[in-house]
Amino acid sequence: SPARELTQNPLQKTWEPYDNGLPAGHSAQRGVCMTNCPTLIVMVGLPARGKTYISKKLTRYLNWIGVPTKEFNVGQYRRDLVKKYKSFEFFLPDNEEGLKIRKQCALAALNDVRQYLSEENGHVAVFDATNTTRERRETIYKFGEENGYKTFFVESVCVDPEVIAANIVQVKLGSPDYVDCSNDEATEDFMKRIECYKNSYETLDESLDKDLSYIKIMDVGRSYLVNRVMDHIQSRIVYYLMNIHVTPRSIYLCRHGESELNLKGRIGGDPGLSVRGKEFAKSLAQFINEQNIKDLKVWTSQMKRTIQTAEALGVPYEQWKVLNEIDAGVCEEMTYEEIQENYPLEFALRDQDKYRYRYPKGESYEDLVQRLEPVIMELERQENVLVICHQAVMRCLLAYFLDKPAEQLPYLKCPLHTVLKLTPVAYG
Amino acid sequence: AWASYMTNSPTLIVMIFFPARGKTYVSKKLTRYLNWIGVPTKVFNLGVYRREAVKSYKSYDFFRHDNKEAMEIRKRCALVALEDVKAYLLEECGQIAVRLSWTKCGCTSGPVCDSLKHASLPSLQVFFVESVCDDPEVIAANILEVKVSSPDYPERNRENVMDDFLKRIECYKVTYQPLDPDAYDKDLSFIKVINVGQRFLVNRVQDYIQSKIVYYLMNIHVQPRTIYLCRHGESEYNLVGKIGGDSGLSPRGKQFAQALKKFIEEQEIVDLKVWTSQLKRTIQTAESLGVTYEQWKILNEIDAGVCEEMTYAEIEAKYPDEFALRDQEKYLYRYPGGESYQDLVQRLEPVIMELERQGNVLVISHQAVMRCLLAYFLDKSADELPYLRCPLHTILKLTPVAYGCKVETITLNVEAVNTHREKPSLSSTSPPASQTPGRMRRNSFTPRASADTVKRPRHYSVGSKPLDLLGPFPSLE
Repeated sequence: SPARELTQNPLQKTWEPYDNGLPAGHSAQRGVCMTNCPTLIVMVGLPARGKTYISKKLTRYLNWIGVPTKEFNVGQYRRDLVKKYKSFEFFLPDNEEGLKIRKQCALAALNDVRQYLSEENGHVAVFDATNTTRERRETIYKFGEENGYKTFFVESVCVDPEVIAANIVQVKLGSPDYVDCSNDEATEDFMKRIECYKNSYETLDESLDKDLSYIKIMDVGRSYLVNRVMDHIQSRIVYYLMNIHVTPRSIYLCRHGESELNLKGRIGGDPGLSVRGKEFAKSLAQFINEQNIKDLKVWTSQMKRTIQTAEALGVPYEQWKVLNEIDAGVCEEMTYEEIQENYPLEFALRDQDKYRYRYPKGESYEDLVQRLEPVIMELERQENVLVICHQAVMRCLLAYFLDKPAEQLPYLKCPLHTVLKLTPVAYG
Repeated sequence: AWASYMTNSPTLIVMIFFPARGKTYVSKKLTRYLNWIGVPTKVFNLGVYRREAVKSYKSYDFFRHDNKEAMEIRKRCALVALEDVKAYLLEECGQIAVRLSWTKCGCTSGPVCDSLKHASLPSLQVFFVESVCDDPEVIAANILEVKVSSPDYPERNRENVMDDFLKRIECYKVTYQPLDPDAYDKDLSFIKVINVGQRFLVNRVQDYIQSKIVYYLMNIHVQPRTIYLCRHGESEYNLVGKIGGDSGLSPRGKQFAQALKKFIEEQEIVDLKVWTSQLKRTIQTAESLGVTYEQWKILNEIDAGVCEEMTYAEIEAKYPDEFALRDQEKYLYRYPGGESYQDLVQRLEPVIMELERQGNVLVISHQAVMRCLLAYFLDKSADELPYLRCPLHTILKLTPVAYGCKVETITLNVEAVNTHREKPSLSSTSPPASQTPGRMRRNSFTPRASADTVKRPRHYSVGSKPLDLLGPFPSLE
């Protein structure tokens, strides 16, 4: 049989085969990673070990790179069911009523997981609970098998009392569970809560759990034990988890100073700074000095306007080609009016789905996210960084940090001559 | 002048594997990967130094821990090797030295290490890679495959080799101390590979390069498999000598696609994955196979910027400076508004990583892209890369063997134009920058292009030509 004809998708400019005028299956688009079957990530660890922090962060990262992911926090289910938290006694191992409710919540959460992965096109579900016994993990693993999910465990082990105390202050004191308590009362109760789990805690074991796929994170990332990574998505998850840290730091995002083409209303190109743009660069230098940032790294793109901006700072900086502005292809250096005049169809398509729209011979926001992933990974590894980039690029980076979905990303406000200072706090 | 920094501290990777645990295999592979992504790396194999010192190998007796003379020789070899490491990292602008050793001793403390660290390389990072194995089947398979062809065993038969080697292992066992993350070695940076990648223990990763090494080691595997590389079938633009663009297959190109289908069927490959770029010509080629394929945008051909859809004659006429520059320095040269081979390598890294994870794969791509991928598998330098032969209608079948890759060239008998341009013989006194051991920093480099780097609009669909040069580019001041 002859090869099928190809048609170009007008929005994304991708070539797809068609049969009798209709798009056919048979080819897949490699976004960033393809997940063949849904993945169930199961958190493991005592309270205050960073499980929810990791769940939320991982979920945010996976969604940003285009893998539909959702987290299911069993504690939240418990709070919805048991309207008022009384004390740690709820968690005592011999509290029949407590155990019954907790099991009910876990099952309700798993049910929602099944709905998300099997009915709502979710790719990854993060099951956030202590899951500290082998028995509980066995139940969840069976659930995964029955539904055709791959299960991957993420355990956080930490014995450093300072870290645990800091966690409690950051996220537990403000929890709805302790809204009526003083800080001291809350801390005391929470410590007793942790004790409830300790006796039955069965950590993932190299021998007993040798057939499971998991990563065990020790002491907030000092070391890791990784077992049986099964596929691409698990390998990406492991890589991500091994690169994040919790050291306090700030990330500064800004665009280059106003450029000559900005003044003319033209997009793209590689122009230099305008007079006002140069002024901004000087102000930026002053601002950075005042901030007195420890060991600040400065990154730019390889376009003249960001490099000129960085030059004014008088500090070493690193150029990344992947930080270059979105490639507008045939529309480079045009004004929006000219685009509308010369390419009215393209202009309309872009407004329909700005995230997925790819300029002819150019890029889409979706392409940009894929291109920027190494930047995000390195930002996670680093501490204080100033990224001088471009509008579309900055929107993508900002969407990652602020957990903005694809629909909102291309409309995030990133005006010229404005610096956004991002500081991680609690879960965000 | 602009300044860019990426002061990667030099790194010493110490591979402390037991014999027959794949040490040489992994170190060569890792070195190949690091060099390909642009981090100058070199292997210092103590076995080679030892073989130099002791011309003829008698037997496993050499490795007995109570053989004093042998121990002396081994110590001396270690010292010589470390001197070479120092020279490489300091004088030859090497970034990473991979040292194969049988023990961690001498690498973190002691007179030799002190001389390295404190005297000349204070910022030296040391990263250990250890491989341990408790699965006897894996060990046996490894010995047979690799050691039988080792220079240590030139004329023995298999059983003797096995026997002798196992005795050698016993000698090591007496003094071998595996890395102990819970106590003695908890402050060292290392990765412990267990059972050839089933499990990993990672401790104190210090920097970017160590994180990349860990990621790489966690993605490679030793299962036998085959990788097929080929280009799309001949395209309409190929016929008229135009580069780039997004044209469809010519009639001969379509013939090739059919021949490719037949070839693939004859090969009877188990679970073959097929990857294409997002350009029409590779997709059309894959369509003929009648199997599922996956499109990767990052497999797209090198972006020729303002030169897209021109012939080489047109480029030479219109942009003579660019044309000349490209021939001088083809690897680093970046088309105005486009890419360089160096950019391409960075772009292709996720493809390589995924190829390492996968089994049997057919990658249908483009000339420049295929050259980059081939250079990775065949360990070709940046200088050779842009001139590797990747003709149309030819499949390269790559099979990993022992320490490298076997290549089989299969020409399907469908005629096509020749798109290969040889390196012109230039009389230049200095070696090209890509050959000098300049430190290839991760993200920053000066692309080789004329001063004009203005990105110009490309009105392909309207059929008009690129705009004329706008004149000299003002300096960055």
